[in-house]
Amino acid sequence: MAEYSMNPLNRPLPDGIVPAEVVARTEKRWIILMATMLLVMLAIIVVTGIVGAMHPPSNVEVIDPTTLHLQGEFVESNLGAAVEPDRSVTVRLIAEQYNFVPRCVQVPVGTPVKFRLTSADVVHGFLLPNTNVNTMVVPGFVAEVRTRFDDIGEKAMPCHEFCGPGHHAMWAHVQVVPKERFANLTPFQRMSCESY
Amino acid sequence: MNRTSLLAIFHYWVAFATFLVAVLLGAWQMLMRSPLPSPLDDAALYYGSVTLHGTAMAYVVTTFFTMGFGYAVAATSLGRPIRGAAAAWIGFAICLVGTLMAVGAILSGQASVLYTFYPPLLATGWYYGGAFLLIAGSMIWVVLMILNLRDWKRDNPGLPVPLPMFAITATAMLWAWAASGVLLELAGILLPRAFGWSDLIDAALARTLFSVTLHAIVYFWLMPAYIAFYTLVPQAAGGRLYSDTMGRLTFIMFLVFSLPVGMHHLFMDPEHGSGFKFLQSALTFLVALPTLLTVFSICASLEIAGRIRGGRGLFGWIRALPWGEPMVLAVGLSLVMLGLGGFGGLINMSYAMNSMIHNTSWVTAHFHLIFGGAVVIMYFAIAYEMWPRITGRPLVSKRSARLQLWLWFWGMLITTVPWHITGLMGQPRRVATFDYTDPLNAPMGPLVIISVAGGVILLSSAILLIVILIRSHFGERTAGEPMHYALAVNPPVRVPPALNGFGLWNSIVLVLMILAYGYPIGQFFFLKQHSVPAVTSLPEVGGRR
Repeated sequence: MAEYSMNPLNRPLPDGIVPAEVVARTEKRWIILMATMLLVMLAIIVVTGIVGAMHPPSNVEVIDPTTLHLQGEFVESNLGAAVEPDRSVTVRLIAEQYNFVPRCVQVPVGTPVKFRLTSADVVHGFLLPNTNVNTMVVPGFVAEVRTRFDDIGEKAMPCHEFCGPGHHAMWAHVQVVPKERFANLTPFQRMSCESY
Repeated sequence: MNRTSLLAIFHYWVAFATFLVAVLLGAWQMLMRSPLPSPLDDAALYYGSVTLHGTAMAYVVTTFFTMGFGYAVAATSLGRPIRGAAAAWIGFAICLVGTLMAVGAILSGQASVLYTFYPPLLATGWYYGGAFLLIAGSMIWVVLMILNLRDWKRDNPGLPVPLPMFAITATAMLWAWAASGVLLELAGILLPRAFGWSDLIDAALARTLFSVTLHAIVYFWLMPAYIAFYTLVPQAAGGRLYSDTMGRLTFIMFLVFSLPVGMHHLFMDPEHGSGFKFLQSALTFLVALPTLLTVFSICASLEIAGRIRGGRGLFGWIRALPWGEPMVLAVGLSLVMLGLGGFGGLINMSYAMNSMIHNTSWVTAHFHLIFGGAVVIMYFAIAYEMWPRITGRPLVSKRSARLQLWLWFWGMLITTVPWHITGLMGQPRRVATFDYTDPLNAPMGPLVIISVAGGVILLSSAILLIVILIRSHFGERTAGEPMHYALAVNPPVRVPPALNGFGLWNSIVLVLMILAYGYPIGQFFFLKQHSVPAVTSLPEVGGRR
C-alpha cells in the first residue's frame, strides 16, 4: 500500500506536499461555489417554468386504444382542428403505425392551439420543430400539449419515437394559415389541407 | 498469468471485440441515414442494426468491461487474489450465453425493438431472455465485489478501504440498484408476454420501470472512468491525488443521486403528472455536483504533478504535464468532451427546456459525447494501463496509442457537433432514412454528411485500438510492473465508518427511491384499465425505401 507516486526524477513525493488544511479549505470553497451555481440554475428553471407556464405534457388521462374508432373524442369525424367556444383551437390526432391521422392539419396563426393525441397501437412521438410542442404518444393515454404559432407557414411533424420497421415513413405536416382563411375552411379542409 | 488476470483479460476481450463490431454498425447506420448512397440500403436492417449497436454498447461492452475492471481493481488494490474466482467464471459464462442469445435473436430479425425495448412492441422471447441472463449474470460480480470488500475489512479492522476498492464497490451497488428496474420489467412484463402467459402489456409501467435503470445505468458506465480519474491519472502524471475524502464523497454521491432521477427521461410522457417530474428534475441537478467536484480534484491533482515537473505560473503547469502518457492525454481529451456534453445535459434535464430537444438527434449527440466520448476514451486508457500488468508484456507503442486517442476525440467531435445542430433543427433520432429533397429537411443534409466523416474516423480509431491490443497481447514477455494507484497528498489514516462502507448510504437510497418512485410506479396498480395489446416487431411493412 505504501507506494509513492514518482515524479520524473524518480523521487517519491513527500506526504503533505499540500497541507491538509489547505486541501480542506479550497475544497470547501469549491463546493459552496458549485452548489450555489446549481441552485441558481434550478431557481431559473423553477421561475421560468412558473412564469411562462411551461409544463411538459402531464395530464394522466387513460383511454382504450382498441375502441378509438368506435366511441369517444377520437372517432374519425372528430379528428383535425376544431374551434372551441372561447375561439381557441383543439387539434385531435391519432398516431398509428405508420401514419398520423389526419396527415395534415391547418391551424390559425396567433391563436391558442391545444393538441390532443393518442396512439392506436405502439408508442409514438410527436414533434413540431422550433416550437415547444413535443410529446410522447403512449397507447392507453391521451397526450395534451398547448402552443401558439406566431408565423404562417408549413411545419414538418415527424414521429420521433421508434415505432416499428416503417418508422421513417411516419411524417405529417401542420399548416399555419391566416386567421381569416382558417375561419372559411370547411371541417373537411381543416383535417386534410386540401385547399393547398 | 494469475487467475485474476485471466478473468480480467477474458472480460476485456469480450468487451473490446464487441465494441469493434458495434462501432462498425454505428458507422454504417450514419451512412444509411445520410444523403450519401449506402450499401445494404434497407430500413429493416437499419433498425436491426440500431438494436444491435445499442444492445452491444449499452449492455455488453460496458458490463463486461466493468466486470473485468472490477476484478482487476479488487485484486490489485487489495493486494491479494480475488476471492470467489469460480463464481466469477460462472457469472462470465451466464453473461456470455445471455449475450449470444440476444445477438442471435437480433440477427434473426425478430427483435428490432432497440435496446430500450419500447413495449408494446414485442420481440421474440430469446431477446428478452438473453438480456435478462446478461444483466442478472452480472449480479454475481456485484456480490463478489461486496464480499471481497467485506472480507478485506474483516481482515484489516480499522484500516481505510483503499479508494479504488471503495469506488468499485460503490459501482457494483449502483449497478444492482439500477438493474432492478430493467430486470423487473423483463421478468414481470416482457418475458411473460413473450411466452404467452399474459395477454396485455402495461406499457406505462414498463416505461417507468425502465426509467429507473435508464439514468443510473449511465453512471454505471461512467464509474470506471471516474475511478481512473481519481486513482490512475494522478499516478500516470507523476503527482498525487489531491484528496482521498473528496474521492469517497464523489462515489457516495453517485450512488445516492444517480438513482431517484430517472424520470427526467419521461418528462414528455403523458402517464405521469407534473409533480414527480418536477421533483426528479430538481434531484437531477444534484447529480451534477459529484462531477463538478471531480473536475476540481483532478485538476488540482494534475497541478501538483505539473508543478513538480517544473511548471510555473497560473497555467504553466498544464504544459509541463507528461502528455505523452496515454492516461494523461486521455484525461485531457475526456474532460473537454465531458464539459461540452455536460452543458448539453443541463438542457436535457431542465424541466421545461427539454421539450426543445427531446428525442431529436441532440440527445443522440449528448450521450455519444459523454459516454462514447468522455467515458469510452478512459476505457481505452485503462486498457493501455492495465494490458501490460495483466499480460506481462509491454504496450507495443505509446505513439500509436496517442494517435488512437486523438482520432477518437476528433471523430467524436465531428460526429456529435453536427448532430447537436440538426437536433435543434428538429431532426428526430433513430430514423432510417430522410427525404433530404424536402425543403424542410434539406438544410440538415450537409451537416449529416459531415457527421458521417466523423463516423469513419471513429471506425479507424476502433480498428487501431484492436490492433494495438492484439499486438501488445502477443509481444515479448517482460517482467510485469505491478499496478500502482495514486496515493493521496494526505493519505487517510483513519476514516469515519460512513466513508468506509455503504450501509448508511444504501438506506438513504432506499428512502429516496420510495419517495421518488413510490407513487409514479404505484399509481399504475390503481389507475383504471390502461394496459394495451402487444404488437410484434416483425419487419413485414415498409422494408425497403
